[in-house]
Amino acid sequence: MSENGHTTNGAVKLTRKDFQTDQEVRWCPGCGDYSILAQVQKVMPELGIPKEKIVFISGIGCSSRFPYYMNTYGFHTIHGRAPAFATGVKVANPDLQVWVITGDGDALSIGGNHFIHALRRNVDLKIILFNNRIYGLTKGQYSPTSELGKRNKSAPMGTIDYPINPLSLAFAAEATFVGRSLDVDPKHLAMMIERLAAHKGSGFLEVYQNCNIFNDGAFKSFNEREVKEDRMIQLEHGKPLVFGKNKDKGIRLNGVTPEIVTIGETGITVDDILVHNENAHEPNLPYILGRMQFPEYPVPMGVFRVIERPTYEQMLAGQISTAVETKGAGSLEKLINSGETWVIN
Amino acid sequence: MSATTLEESITNTKLPIEELEAVTIRFAGDSGDGMQVTGGQFTATSAIIGNDISTLPDFPAEIRAPAGSLPGVSGYQLNFSSRDIRTPGDEPQVLVAMNPAALKVNIKDLEPGGILVLNTDEFNDGNLKKAGYAANPLNDGSLSGYRLFQIPITSLTLKALENSSMPFKQQERCKNFYALGLMYWLYDRPMEPSLKWIEEKFGAKPEVAEANAMALKAGYNYADTMELFTTHYHVGKAQIRPGKYRNITGNEATAIGFITASQLAGRPIFYGSYPITPASDVLHELSKHKNFGVKTFQAEDEIAAIGAAIGAAFAGHIGLTGTSGPGVALKSEAIGLAVMTELPLIVIDVQRGGPSTGLPTKTEQADLLQAMFGRNSESPVGIVSPATPGDCFRMAIEAVRLATKYMAPVFFLSDGYLGNGSEPWEIPSLDSLPEMKVNFRTEAEGFFPYLRDEKTLARPWAIPGTPGLEHRIGGIEKQNITGNVNYEPDNHDFMVRLRAEKIQRMQQDIPPIDVFGAPEGKVLVLGWGSTYGAITTAVEHMREQGHAVSSAHLRYLNPFPSNLGEVLKGFETVIVPELNLGQLCMLIRAKFLIDAVSFSQVRGKPFKVSSLVNKIKEYL
Repeated sequence: MSENGHTTNGAVKLTRKDFQTDQEVRWCPGCGDYSILAQVQKVMPELGIPKEKIVFISGIGCSSRFPYYMNTYGFHTIHGRAPAFATGVKVANPDLQVWVITGDGDALSIGGNHFIHALRRNVDLKIILFNNRIYGLTKGQYSPTSELGKRNKSAPMGTIDYPINPLSLAFAAEATFVGRSLDVDPKHLAMMIERLAAHKGSGFLEVYQNCNIFNDGAFKSFNEREVKEDRMIQLEHGKPLVFGKNKDKGIRLNGVTPEIVTIGETGITVDDILVHNENAHEPNLPYILGRMQFPEYPVPMGVFRVIERPTYEQMLAGQISTAVETKGAGSLEKLINSGETWVIN
Repeated sequence: MSATTLEESITNTKLPIEELEAVTIRFAGDSGDGMQVTGGQFTATSAIIGNDISTLPDFPAEIRAPAGSLPGVSGYQLNFSSRDIRTPGDEPQVLVAMNPAALKVNIKDLEPGGILVLNTDEFNDGNLKKAGYAANPLNDGSLSGYRLFQIPITSLTLKALENSSMPFKQQERCKNFYALGLMYWLYDRPMEPSLKWIEEKFGAKPEVAEANAMALKAGYNYADTMELFTTHYHVGKAQIRPGKYRNITGNEATAIGFITASQLAGRPIFYGSYPITPASDVLHELSKHKNFGVKTFQAEDEIAAIGAAIGAAFAGHIGLTGTSGPGVALKSEAIGLAVMTELPLIVIDVQRGGPSTGLPTKTEQADLLQAMFGRNSESPVGIVSPATPGDCFRMAIEAVRLATKYMAPVFFLSDGYLGNGSEPWEIPSLDSLPEMKVNFRTEAEGFFPYLRDEKTLARPWAIPGTPGLEHRIGGIEKQNITGNVNYEPDNHDFMVRLRAEKIQRMQQDIPPIDVFGAPEGKVLVLGWGSTYGAITTAVEHMREQGHAVSSAHLRYLNPFPSNLGEVLKGFETVIVPELNLGQLCMLIRAKFLIDAVSFSQVRGKPFKVSSLVNKIKEYL
């Protein structure tokens, strides 16, 4: 950006307001979704992409109302299928920046299949999953990320479904960008959205989001101000996994099991602490980190993995160019006259 | 080529040539026996020498059921004629059965006195037992009603290839070409087209090409020199309209038709599909033509396939998805979204026997009501249906023309018989195709996403990437014009009726239905889809006998052509033959309040002309 309010390519610099719509936002007051919307609208102008080239696509659920509030192109589709619609949009026009807004029920339950396959194909989609560990729009049933035993509308005696870990699934599906953030830390969230936007390929950002109506305080055991430094750990590329108010705790690997150690105790130095490498080609280490949960471990926040590989739409465009180069641009006359032909006089 | 050329072999022959008008022949064998290739080759050659042809491949759902078993039998029937024909024939006059199971499955269809060629090598105890024969039919007199030719095809093939370096198993696989050679001699066909095909197909493996060519020639020469048959037959050229022709299957014509439509519209195709019988060949064919900018996407499931196609349509491509009935069931919710968001989308349904998995490789027309109504709430779509394999080309263009002009989903209802069946197709002149260039909205001034074209009620196609037209669409009810989310009762009532009216207005762009025969009379036979050939042949036959019977064929099923009501009024009785339990008949009765008669059959096979004739006679 230049200082006169114009981007380097001469376009007028957009502001947060440019990305707001005239539609009344209808989430419950106090919902974590407001924070995510605010950060996305704040980050958008910084990306330098004209808003007509941005598309927000969602499925069904509270989070999926998101596109109505973004003054870009938007498509509120059907339950769980947003990645499929987004794939069609991106493949049809690779110039567009395509975002998918989804929730834990939308992406991991009804849409689990599409979530996996969009990630594995490495379509250049920016997927943000609002994880509140509950079904909000249908008023309080358990979701695939609800903890075992949680009591709720559809499980009055507690759920007997083991939850799924969204990050584990994303690694298994070969996602090329995997990150996590949370609604109550706007600065971190904005940074993660920027990182996701900058990635070319299938990107997945899980955002812990509080549903203050049906699952209030789902994450407060580790994200409240007074405990968060001891109960969360910030992932930074190339740096040791150190955490705690006094920065004296760290994660050490014992075989393939992470363990919490204290620097300075029993001869442990910072050199013993695992160093984070978000660019590791194999997702083994980030997978181990993604499994760390409170209270056994501090909860990691940040970018777990980011690697580069050709995207689906690039490879498809490449095949089309190759076909045109080798066979020539398609000729209808040739096409309909192909195969064995004969003339009747 | 061998030293003896085709011309020589025909002139040299001492046997008489008998002239026939038409022959229906069926090749049957194990699914690994290559009967589809044999039938396909006989078809291509017959077309090239000027016969009219119509084919019916009939193969099992199992890729390789146990060799020699009844479920593993694969067949290919074709009718070739010196007259204009429209069906693959009712009963074959010739059956080539490569093993006992093929005989068992097909013998009941062979006409009395018909030619029966059996590969005797396969009539061993094991195969007879697998086919459920207690006694060997070659010896028990049960085949005495046919002109039986017992030929050890397998061992003759192996003998012909004794100098080949190919493994024994592979040599044996050439027996389908040996059988083809026999039939080429019997019906006086040239071998050149197949020899050329073998060369092209197996050119990379010269020993395979050579072996198949040798088997073909050996079969031909065997029939010639052994004077196996007492006569051979000639079926002359048909009086076919002058023009340039090629043989084409319905699925090929579908793919080529959609590519043509995309070129006419000036927008690339996006084809989202999940493999399913009998629609997969459309995916295969389209994926070959990436140099037209065709984007094919093999999705993780049926829902993703249509979802991506709708996404691509939103972004300005010609969005297509293709499947069969079970896949349509999975796509229903997404089709509803395309109705709600008023995006052009084409759903190709190559229908097959159902319900559920049903008869995957057999034909049926029982998805009409699914296409009409198979979604939640009021969810109208356009429906077109091709009448013949070649007509798939034209109706594909029509589907795109209507979908893009009216901004609405359109169904393309093909079926297994059309998709896999083939016919000579008169290659159209490109100038004869409709103008249908697509225009996107680009003007920001006065734009709303649900503005209406006065004549068509279409909303603007405003694609992402266009400055100033940023807007949001989705499955929640929309306010007309603004496109904003709206839950008001009056608005919903208005919008439901508007979406219905928009589909109805497609009638403005649909040609009137033609009547074959007189516009008035005793009986009108009203059909749709792949029954065209059988119905027209039956009605032609009745008319030649002086009966007041006419027929009309619907290629546009929703909306109906505007003159349909008038046409129906001209007849005392309307008979509606369908390969379902009367779905079009139900619509006709409901819409026009006439006592239409349903004639239904759901056997996984097309109608026989004779059964239609018998039905029509009941009403004369």
